[in-house]
This record gives sequence, C-alpha cells and structure tokens, in this order.
Amino acid sequence: MCGIAGLIHRGKTSNIGSEMTDMLQALKHRGPDSTGFAIYGKPPSAENEFVMRFKVAESEDLAKGSNISETIIKRRKKVNKRMKERGATIISEDDATEYAYRYTFTFDGNDADLEGMTRYIEELEGAEILSMGRGLELIKDLGDAGVVANQYGLQGFQGTHALGHTRMATESDVDIRSAHPYWAFPYNDISVVHNGQITNYWIMRRQMEYKGHRFMSNCDSELLAVYTADKLNDGYTLEDSLRQSIEEIDGVFTYCVATKDSLGMAKDTMAAKPMVLYETDDLVILASEEGAIRAMIPHEIDTYDPYDEEVRVWQA
Amino acid sequence: MAGLTKVVDGRSHDMGLHNEQLSGRTMQVFFDTTDEENYTYAWSHDVDFNKRAEIDMQDMTPTEVNIKIRELLEAGNGTIVIKNPSSRHSIGVGILNKLNLIFEGSLGYFGCGLIDGPNVRVTGRVGWSCGENMMAGTIVVEKNAGSTFGAAIRGGDLVCKGSVGSRTGIDQKGGSIIVGGDTSALTGFMMQRGRMVFCGNAGKNLGDSMYDGTIYVGGDIASLGVDAVPAELTAQDKAWLTRKLTQYDLMPENGVDHFTKIVAGKTLWNYDNLEPHEKKIVL
Repeated sequence: MCGIAGLIHRGKTSNIGSEMTDMLQALKHRGPDSTGFAIYGKPPSAENEFVMRFKVAESEDLAKGSNISETIIKRRKKVNKRMKERGATIISEDDATEYAYRYTFTFDGNDADLEGMTRYIEELEGAEILSMGRGLELIKDLGDAGVVANQYGLQGFQGTHALGHTRMATESDVDIRSAHPYWAFPYNDISVVHNGQITNYWIMRRQMEYKGHRFMSNCDSELLAVYTADKLNDGYTLEDSLRQSIEEIDGVFTYCVATKDSLGMAKDTMAAKPMVLYETDDLVILASEEGAIRAMIPHEIDTYDPYDEEVRVWQA
Repeated sequence: MAGLTKVVDGRSHDMGLHNEQLSGRTMQVFFDTTDEENYTYAWSHDVDFNKRAEIDMQDMTPTEVNIKIRELLEAGNGTIVIKNPSSRHSIGVGILNKLNLIFEGSLGYFGCGLIDGPNVRVTGRVGWSCGENMMAGTIVVEKNAGSTFGAAIRGGDLVCKGSVGSRTGIDQKGGSIIVGGDTSALTGFMMQRGRMVFCGNAGKNLGDSMYDGTIYVGGDIASLGVDAVPAELTAQDKAWLTRKLTQYDLMPENGVDHFTKIVAGKTLWNYDNLEPHEKKIVL
C-alpha cells in the first residue's frame, strides 16, 4: 500500500524534519516496514561544497557476527581514503548510526569527476551513497518514522521542502536499499516517492540503462527518479517531465518528486492511488491521506484530491 | 424468460421515486412504504431525536467512537454530535438505526459505510469510499470528497456539496448520489441502478460499462465510457432534478434544462441471456 508525503514552504524555511516525521507517523498503518525522508536544507554558501549521506552496511548486518563492527570501521576508512584520492576534502563527519554517515566535503572537480568519485566509493563492499548534492539529504532505514527520525537526529532539521515515505514491502526486500525515497545518481538533488506499480518497468529501465543511467535496486519506484533526472538533463522542465511520464509510464501510480528548489506531483490516468492536497500561499502539503496533513495542521482545513492525469509543481 | 418483479404501489411511487422504465432482466424489489416494519430492524432502538449527545473523539480511537455511538443509541439518543473526527478512518459505520448524526469536522476513509437509516451531516471533507454500501438514509458532506464516493450504494441520498474524486458511484445499485461540483474519471463504472447528479464537470469514461441507472451532468463531460449513451432529458427528469437539488440547496442559478442525461446503451451486456438454471428449464 505505502504512504507518501511531501511538503514545501514557499519563501521561508521551517523545521521540516519534525514536520515530516509527524506526517509519516500518521501514515504508519500504510507501511510499517521502513521509513524514508528526503529533506532539503539550506544549500552551503560555497559553490564547491556538498553534503553526502552514505552507508557501509545494512542494519541487519549488525547481527551477523562479532567482527561486523570492525568491518564497518574498515569500510569507512576506505571510503575516506578514496574520497581523498579523488580530491575531496572532508569538512565534517557525522555518525548518524553505526553504519550510516553524513559527510560534508569540498570538491573542485567537474560533474564527471564527482560521478567518478561516487562510483569509486561504491565499488567498496557494502558501500552505498544514499544521496549527494547541495541541498538533498536522504535518510532511510527500517522502522517507523519516530524510530528513524530519532536514530538520525532529524528533529529540528531546518529546510524548505521534503518528501517522505512509509513502505509496505510487496515486490522487493525489507532493507534500506529497497526503501524509499530514491534519488537519481549522479544527478544531485532529485528525489522521488511513489505509491503504485509500474508495469513497463523493465522496458523503461533498459532504455534508461542504455542511456548510461545506474539503478541501485530492482524497485520500480527508482525508475521514476532516474526518468525525471533523464528528462531534466534533456532540457525538460519538471512540469513537462511529469506530464510526459503519464504518457510514457504504464501502471497505476501517484508520485511526488523534489528538486533542489521545487516540489511536483503526478497522478496516472486511472487515478487509482490516493493523494490529498492542501495548498496556501506559503505552504503546500501532499499526502496519501488527509490524516497526515492533519498531523501537521490540527485544525479543520480545505483539501481536495488531485484528479487523473493532474500534474502540479510548486517552487520553494 | 422471467418477468420483472412486481412493483408494489405505494406512497413512494406517488412521490415519483420509482418512475424509471425497467427494461430487460433488471430485478428490483420495492418495499411497501406503508409497512413500518420494512424500515426497522428487530434490534433497532427507539430513539428520541430531541435527546442529544456529544462525543469528543480527540483522544478516542474510531473503534471506541463506534461503540460509543451504539451505547448512546441504546440509551435513546436520537441526535449525536461527534467533535474532532480529525480525518480518521471508519467512523460511523454500520449504523442500522434512525439517527441524526453530525460530524463537526472531516472524516477519513470509509466514513459512514454500510449504514441503513441514519441522517448524517459532515461539516468538513470525507476521504475515500464515504457511504460505501449504504442502504438507506442520507449523508450530506459540506466540502469535498475523495474517490469511490458512494461505491455500491443500494439506497438513500449521498450528497457532496463540493467536488468528488474518481470512480464515484462505482457499482451503484440504487439510491442517489448528488454532487454540487465536479467528478473525476470512471464515474459510474459498472453502475447498475439508481441516479447520479453532478452540477459541475465529469471526467473521462463517464458511465463506463454501466448496466443501468441514470447519470445527469450539468457541466462538460470529458468522455463517455463504453456503452454509456446520451438520452433525452424528459420533463420527469427535470422535475426530479429540481426537487432533489432544491432539497439539498444545490439548485443551479440557470436551472436544470442544460443537464445532460446519460444512460446505458445496453449493447455491451446481453440482457436477454438466460440464467443457467433457466436454460435447464428450457432444455
């Protein structure tokens, strides 16, 4: 079933970490297996500064043996070494968990060099970059929103917009790799949450792979992130990309996509997956159920269900 | 071939409630409106509409609220006000009793499903599947409604003064769905009986694969579904529309003459096919 949510503050920042946690906790019954956040903080002032979230193991690996902790430490040291080899200067290292980290670093190379460094890091066993960009931070793990938010210290995270997802695993495993949101390597700052099934997934995936895109999972939702990144890279606007996706992607789906400064949504032609929308001049909230919106705004509000083939985009 | 079920003459017919031209093999049983027993269950409670109770469900679960409603009915309360429903799911379901039920706020999914008898008013919005399978009574929603509004309803009036989502009245088997605004795609999909009214626009595939029933649309129709066809808006239709829309304060300023009437073409389903047991008799 899964629950998806999105919010965007227009013209200001807010405590989006806590806000999205409250929304996802209200959607817990739609998917208790894992929870994910894509949160967009204020971009660093320096043009060459990036923020990266990555992991070197899965949470269930911790139960696999007494020496896993040593293995994790070794893997992390190798990541640091590879970053330095490729010219990155690490500014800060935060331990979100024993196996997942948040780094900020400066990098003076071009986009291809940055992509090369990420691929080099991911060659390491167990290493996966969850997100990298100037605004996007992607956090996902097993458990409900409260557990994940506490684990990764999301309360108090200031930013402009966010996506969230509570997952009921149906077609792939219960692990971090299969948890949403997805981002589109190596296109920074694009993330997607999706509710539904994409029936021409493998055809579309092969088309994307033929164009050189990378897939980290077998989850159909990742396709939407890669698809969006591909369209934006080809010069489409986000709105055009969302409209085109309704034509080109088969299945039943409702999805939200975020870029460094915008939030969008699209609903397929069957309108079979839910979405409720609340919109004011300075705030837009989307969620699979109104209960999630009411978790953020307790008083009575006017909401509506976007219709079939409806596409909307909002700027931060 | 079996004929139509006998229609009992009664007050409801005098009021024009059952004036559709039955065709083919459609079966319909009308209650005798003069028989009071047809409107109550053996276990129904005798309630006093002037006896009023309030429930603040701020700190209650939907299950606790539904149990509380039954307790209040048992105590003879004929009017119950629910405060702070806060868009939670499955509230007010399965009520088989006379009752004035008022929700001060919005409901989530399956609000007031499977009801038979109560008159419900929701001052806010409702989520998916409001009034699903309702058999009698009224539900009036003051704001918008989600998808599958009134799925498979069998009777009563289900009213939304705002707009509704997709697949409104899917599998409708009777009663009336009345909407002040627009409706989305696949409205009336596999509709079997009853009436729907939309004062605004209708989305794609309106009335797709409908067996029977009537849909009235005051605005534009994006497209008709398979086997849904326009029909002449008769004086009887206009009288019914006027009465219903006036009753719920939804009468358009320009009247009802502009409404488009949609019915089943009945080319998709073969109404003259015999049932298996009838074939055995013939053979």
